[in-house]
Amino acid sequence: MTIRTTLLVVFLLALAAAPFVLPEYYVTLLNYIGLGSLATLGIVLLTGIGGLTSFGQAAFVGIGAYATAYATTAWGFSPWFALPLGLFAAAACALAIGAVTLRLSGHYLPLSTIAWSLSLYYLVGNLPVLGAHDGITGLPAVSLFGVVLDDARSFSFLIWIFVLLGLLSVHNLLGSRAGRAIRCLRGRSTMAEAFGVDTTRLKVAIFVHAALLAAASGWLYAHLVRFVNPTPFGLNVGIEYLFMAVVGGVGQLAGAVVGAGVMVVLRDVLQDVAARVLGVSGAIEIVAYGVLIIVLLQNARAGIVPFVTRRLPAPEPLKVPDDAPSLPMRDRPARGETVLVADKVVRRFGGLVAVNEVSFTLKAGEILGVIGPNGAGKSTLFNLLSGVLPLTGGAISVLGRAANGLTSRAIARLGLARTFQHVQLRGDMSVLENVALGAHMRSRKGILSAILRLDRKEEGALLAEALRQLERVGLADSRNVPAGSLALGQQRIVEIARALASDPVVLLLDEPAAGLRYHEKQALAALLDSLRAEGMSILIVEHDMDFVMNLVDRLVVMEFGRPIASGVPGAVQNDPAVLEAYLGGAV
Amino acid sequence: MNSIIALLLIQDGLTMGAVYALLALVLVMVFSVTRVILVAQGELVSYGALTMASLQAGHLPGTALIAVAGGVIAAAMELWAYARGPRSRTHLVAAALYVLVPLAVFGLVAALAPQGSGAFVRVLLTLLIVVPLGPILYRVAFQPLASAPVLVLLIVAVALHFVLTGLGLIAFGAEGVRVAPLIDGMLRFGPYFLSAQALFTIAITLALIAALFVFFGSTLSGKALRATAFNEVGARLVGISTTGSGLLAFSLAALIGTVSGILIGSFATIYYDTGFIIGLKGFVAAILGGLGSYPLAAFGAVLVGLLESGSSFFASAFKDVLVFALIIPILMWRSFSAGHAEEEEE
Amino acid sequence: MTLLLKVENLTVAYGKVEAISGVGLAIPEGRIVTVIGPNGAGKSTLLNAVMGLLPSRGRIVYAGQEVMQAKVEARVGAGLCLVPEKRELFAQMSVADNLLLGGYSRRHVRDDSRARDLDAMYTLFPRLRERHAQQARTLSGGERQMLALARALMARPKLLMLDEPSLGLAPRIVREVLEAVASLRDRGMSVLLVEQNARAALSVADYAYVLETGTVALEGPAREVAANPRVTETYIGVGHGAGAQREASTPLAAS
Repeated sequence: MTIRTTLLVVFLLALAAAPFVLPEYYVTLLNYIGLGSLATLGIVLLTGIGGLTSFGQAAFVGIGAYATAYATTAWGFSPWFALPLGLFAAAACALAIGAVTLRLSGHYLPLSTIAWSLSLYYLVGNLPVLGAHDGITGLPAVSLFGVVLDDARSFSFLIWIFVLLGLLSVHNLLGSRAGRAIRCLRGRSTMAEAFGVDTTRLKVAIFVHAALLAAASGWLYAHLVRFVNPTPFGLNVGIEYLFMAVVGGVGQLAGAVVGAGVMVVLRDVLQDVAARVLGVSGAIEIVAYGVLIIVLLQNARAGIVPFVTRRLPAPEPLKVPDDAPSLPMRDRPARGETVLVADKVVRRFGGLVAVNEVSFTLKAGEILGVIGPNGAGKSTLFNLLSGVLPLTGGAISVLGRAANGLTSRAIARLGLARTFQHVQLRGDMSVLENVALGAHMRSRKGILSAILRLDRKEEGALLAEALRQLERVGLADSRNVPAGSLALGQQRIVEIARALASDPVVLLLDEPAAGLRYHEKQALAALLDSLRAEGMSILIVEHDMDFVMNLVDRLVVMEFGRPIASGVPGAVQNDPAVLEAYLGGAV
Repeated sequence: MNSIIALLLIQDGLTMGAVYALLALVLVMVFSVTRVILVAQGELVSYGALTMASLQAGHLPGTALIAVAGGVIAAAMELWAYARGPRSRTHLVAAALYVLVPLAVFGLVAALAPQGSGAFVRVLLTLLIVVPLGPILYRVAFQPLASAPVLVLLIVAVALHFVLTGLGLIAFGAEGVRVAPLIDGMLRFGPYFLSAQALFTIAITLALIAALFVFFGSTLSGKALRATAFNEVGARLVGISTTGSGLLAFSLAALIGTVSGILIGSFATIYYDTGFIIGLKGFVAAILGGLGSYPLAAFGAVLVGLLESGSSFFASAFKDVLVFALIIPILMWRSFSAGHAEEEEE
Repeated sequence: MTLLLKVENLTVAYGKVEAISGVGLAIPEGRIVTVIGPNGAGKSTLLNAVMGLLPSRGRIVYAGQEVMQAKVEARVGAGLCLVPEKRELFAQMSVADNLLLGGYSRRHVRDDSRARDLDAMYTLFPRLRERHAQQARTLSGGERQMLALARALMARPKLLMLDEPSLGLAPRIVREVLEAVASLRDRGMSVLLVEQNARAALSVADYAYVLETGTVALEGPAREVAANPRVTETYIGVGHGAGAQREASTPLAAS
């Protein structure tokens, strides 16, 4: 048994024993830790992993709590019937709010979550039907298999079963096709879109998942306390869930539990000390609380859990099944067939014409190079081809189908796969998982089947495909290490493997040789050569003339946005215009 | 509703709007220079009002002691930096300033407070007490986190808000205060009355906005601050210190916050925790400006002020709901008009 | 000959990947030293590390002082200036304001030297005088390059580091820029020039370093480096047929 599993088992055993052995007071604390963990888990998924900051988590807890409070008291529903009602209400609100605010970039999302959680707070506090600021009293106790859970000890089991289920759901989700895409939302969404990931939909999905976890916490809270009022669902508490996540380690599942544990205990201890030593309460502890958070973040920005796990051995690598089915393949064009056409492509930025009437065709099984000095417009051209930027004029077609005005996601579906000039791997994910993201479009399993682990067959197929591509590029041995630990040259090869995993017709490579060492360039050239031999069509945008000359079938040379020469390498390299462009200011 | 009430509501709305505008400008400025969303700006507002009221009552305000304590911590951090890193004289000078300035102010206030000085002296003392808190807070809380992600800075800003609220409660108690208006009386136009203090508030606010405009547009320090906001790397390359810009931005934030507090304290009862909601409204205004545009933020502030005074008349229970709910449609409009401009921060 | 800058064993790592490792460099007073090499060799990283924009390990001695710990603004104050590859102008501010801020590190100087410097810049680059009230973002590529250079000169640097001054410029303008660089040396300034355009750089420099994959592969007087056949083939010539190409691909470090 590894240290990680040992720790987990010890934790579970302690948790199971705790309600029997701990004094009542500590069981209550444990319950609050559980409630906090569940809501904070949503923040971990949303903020830590998805990169979306929300202050509104407490409002969703409130929706869950108020839904059951109202349904059980006004309509006399059973709590178990009110639970799905609350979950549904929270999911519906999250969908509506998410549809509006998740389109917003940057700082708008956190700000708008502040706004709507304040609005909701004041609204509920002023609605007589929900008891206004006095709230709703007299909630029934929950009973399970005929046992009435009306004290802290018995309720503890219910809370922690929910917490463990929540943890399991997020854990299952993250170890799946959708989970890999979710992990790329933060800082890698351009890349994810280029592999067919609908990032907006995923953002809404994790927002809803976070809201469901919060609503479940609210339902539990309401039936633990048997009374609700607006105070525990205000902005301050929403902020506190963020605190818990950041203190625990915002990117880690365990961070939710650790963060909630530390903060609940800290609060309690501070209150206790303040009351006992100073004889006052209220002010001192909030000062100490704030000071401790500031000191903690100044010394461990990543939170407590990463601080500990760094010292543990690495987790078990993913297992790739031997008998995995293979993924569907697209029909490949015959060698020599035209696969990609650029016709007088133009792109303007204000007055600057970055790409000016560039045309070329790429045929199946050949390598076409686009070269030119820095600032010639190569990267802009690349972004036009891959759908990151819209064209100002001209046309692009892939396999005879117009690609103008398509998003990079749609272009990926047409069969174009790309690499990035600045390597866009998720450095903390294993090489295998990074490559598996490339095959995203070739599988369909969604979030629900991931949570319920109904996706294992397809997941195995994805991992097997990723491994196959890693074998193809010769990096299978490195499959289990974090991608960020590889040398730059290997990272670029991993990017090519990821592109290959999408079963592309055309491979677009953006300066693949930049920053590579000599033998790395040789390895890269050999790899591209063998891919061409297999019939792959490759467009390579490069600055390194030397690298390109020996590799490509044909060349387009650009300068100041314009094509100045094209043809086979031998002819191009003696072209006077090319010599002038490359030799430049010969004095 | 008749025209007299309407005029009163508009007067209230414009007065509060003017103060929100000031706060919004500072929030935008602090954010663009330091990437800190200064949640604790509200506490500087309430500290301003509470300190002024305390001086008016002839007491020694607790904020003077808070500044001394903060200064000691800041000085200790400077000395620690001196001991560990390059032995630069600037650390020693800074340490001395952090300790001596609040101490000198404390001495001055202790000597003057019981004597019952004039309004002008009280305003001056209030500024002397609260404004140094700006650079002290930056030094203690944010300077060690210069390259941290926005989320971490935000969490620290919220934690700082907790600290200052708690200290406010300890220093001033839970009682609310009203600042005696600096100018009394009403101006009468036929059947209409205008409060002199309201006009004074609007005038001071406009003057401060104009002063900020001149500062940013015509002085080298102001330009350096703008340069840091536009392009941090460029600013460092011409020798502008990021730390210096942060300290200056926080000093301005404290100055504006204190003045706002002194002004606003004569219209509303200020408690130790009132600042938060006032700051949030300034924040709403800043969001309306997209945390980047000063004119839009000022316009948003007046809108918030008018909406607030209007809804306090028509639906006072839902006053705050309306103000905060206002953000959602405006954000929607901004998101659909601005298109997609993703910031890829890890 | 006194050394103005001495860099020893400088290493910069991004995570676990070393962008430059163990680089050594020396710049005498009043000389132009160039660093050439392919894209991604670590040239910009080297300049940014010397400037203090990137954390690094090793030793940097500038004007007799160890500056490893010094902040960027302290280095600027001591006359160490960088014109970065991205120029980093204040795009929303006027040309005049950009130049004024260029003299920020000399703000405590009480005489009228900053005003005179401003005038001198306008004389050196008359285009900037014409456009002094325009926002920097409205300038053309060449004008931006002039502004970036002039802004750095406003700080009266002793050592000026230029990152790819020829980037995106037409060959004729590149020549002008390099002539301007040569004239800086005549005024006693030292220059560290990083260039892709190796031939142009070698033609004005006194001494040259060739950087490949983060390490110094070759160094020597510019004339000798320019005459080195491998440098000629790899960085200067392109039209020598396939055979020469293949040979040119061998790394310099191996020769």
